[in-house]
Amino acid sequence: MDSRIEIRDLYKIFGPDVPKTLAMIREGKGKDQILKETDHVVGVDRVSLRVPAGSVSVIMGLSGSGKSTLARCINRIHDPDAGEILLDGEDIAKAGQERLREIRRTRISMVFQNFGLLPKQNVISNVAFGLKLRGMAEGARLKKAGEVLEVVGLSSWANHLPSALSGGMRQRVGLARALATDADVLIMDEAFSALDPLIRGDMQDELLRLQETLHKTIIFITHDFQEALRIGSRIAIMADGQVIREGTPQDVVLNPGHEYVAAFTRHVDRARLFDAASLLTDDLRAPGPFRLDEVGHVAGLASGGADWDSVPADMKLIDIAAKVTAGRPVAVLDGSGRFLGQLSTDALLGGLSGARMPGQVTAIGQDANGDRHV
Amino acid sequence: MYDLIPQGFIPLDKWIQAAIEWMAYNLRPLFQTIKWPVETLLYWIERGLQATPPVIFVAAVAALAWRLAGRGVGIFCLISMLAILFIGIWPETMTTLALIATAIVICVVIGIPIGIWCARNDRVWNVVRALLDIMQTTPSFVYLIPVVMLFGVGTVPGAVAVIVVAVPPLIRFTNLGIRMVDRELIEAGVAFGATDRQILWEVQLPQAMPTILGGLNQTVLMAMVMSVIVAMIGAEGLGLVVLQGLGRLDIGRAAVGGIGIVLMAIMLDRLTQALANRETGQNYRSGFGTWWRRVFTSAPKEKAAPAEN
Repeated sequence: MDSRIEIRDLYKIFGPDVPKTLAMIREGKGKDQILKETDHVVGVDRVSLRVPAGSVSVIMGLSGSGKSTLARCINRIHDPDAGEILLDGEDIAKAGQERLREIRRTRISMVFQNFGLLPKQNVISNVAFGLKLRGMAEGARLKKAGEVLEVVGLSSWANHLPSALSGGMRQRVGLARALATDADVLIMDEAFSALDPLIRGDMQDELLRLQETLHKTIIFITHDFQEALRIGSRIAIMADGQVIREGTPQDVVLNPGHEYVAAFTRHVDRARLFDAASLLTDDLRAPGPFRLDEVGHVAGLASGGADWDSVPADMKLIDIAAKVTAGRPVAVLDGSGRFLGQLSTDALLGGLSGARMPGQVTAIGQDANGDRHV
Repeated sequence: MYDLIPQGFIPLDKWIQAAIEWMAYNLRPLFQTIKWPVETLLYWIERGLQATPPVIFVAAVAALAWRLAGRGVGIFCLISMLAILFIGIWPETMTTLALIATAIVICVVIGIPIGIWCARNDRVWNVVRALLDIMQTTPSFVYLIPVVMLFGVGTVPGAVAVIVVAVPPLIRFTNLGIRMVDRELIEAGVAFGATDRQILWEVQLPQAMPTILGGLNQTVLMAMVMSVIVAMIGAEGLGLVVLQGLGRLDIGRAAVGGIGIVLMAIMLDRLTQALANRETGQNYRSGFGTWWRRVFTSAPKEKAAPAEN
């Protein structure tokens, strides 16, 4: 895995006497004890995290979990007190002011929960904000901003004030501002949390659509687990300043590994999260009723009939349920049409209900499937 | 019993007298230096105003008011200026205006930077706030004594006293306006690589401008009030008209001066308020029917910065 950003043993402490608090942490004192004895808040408590290049990594946590603090450490809006933040191997935590500004202007940009747009500047000037700070000439930066506005579909609003726009549109402006600097790392701090649910869904789709062509490294902060599952390639779950679980969405839901995480995964819409490949146990990988040719394509049914369905490996369960017909065998095919396994109705129902699935650890599976009835 | 507690054994009055005398003798170059820009500015502004033909000045003020604050205030200013001209206090009004203008220019030059400094540094703000508290609770009358001791009598020392009295609101409002700027906007500036200076000019000052202009409005009114009081130390202008009228029991003369002061105060207030309101985006253009209401009802003085993002 190619890491764009790697965070190592990061600490952020709020209070006047940081060294003393760090020493207390090293002695093994807990966050609560430190708060009680010294009135210092440990915002980020020894976080290590890898952010792969070109994908959406979500940091999910409830308020006070330290997720926004962690994100703000990455571009040093907050200065971390110990640890390293490596951007392509360069430690941002040790960068001088000059270098830091350089990084903020060209490598890392940010999208804010309440948009953070300048209310007296029109949309296009807001988009050009980062370029202006960089000292780009007015003509050049407005041209660039115009192009980015085109990408987010707001060209016709270029000369309006932000107050004339709806919440979703304002956040598109915020996104355009972040994209305009051509930074390859995007920190999105609760970027869609202030929007109403329908608009939020649209914006999530829009982000994924843009991401298909842009391939930015996105660090997306949210308190919404569903949102995390929907847009994240990887999810890190934070509580009390620590990352308590990190993995792919399917992995996290299958094996929460932690009571706290299990509480989130319990109400997950599994049908929209899991795909066909995730259901394939070893015995389902056998050809079963299918007859395969020498390159692994399905040639037909062993019984000689042609009465069967096929689904791609990455098709979500909800779509599979709509597509297949009861009683007909279902083949799971990979991208090039090769046979991966077959889906039984039992496996499909098991996947939808959260019954035991391949890769699931049984002991904690009980937590994850707390409301299971068989 | 009465004699048990000794009274009056601390000669504070003598100490203060000695201190001021010491300052007057030994720090004379310092006070002359402070006096110089005030004197120069006042001289040129007053010369300019007195040299301008009243007709042109009246037309210019009315046009400016119309543009800034709408038709109503424009008409009010036109009538007021003509009234001032017709009741024979034009030169005095120009002198007072020059005094106020000088004070405002210097207040802006001193007050806004200090306000910015206070907003960026809590320690500075704590010291300055204590000073401002003292300055603003001291009756403006009391300032006259040290000013006379240190700067002498006349219009220029008067201007110094006006500045001292008028500057606190501007410092307070500048500090407040900058501190009220949404934290997320500052963070956005930082996140996109702004320098401290860029944060100030691109983010903080534009956002704080309505509040700063609200402070300017207060400063102008304080300057107006004080410009009358400094007549007592020999400053010329409308205040002197009132003072002389009172001294000679010439009620008519005193009243004429008073009317001039009131008209000028209303004009200055409406104009500076319009300036602040323009910044907050309030629309001041409307029909003739409501112009009098705009002139005579007081809009809220402390305009908060708009809360929306």
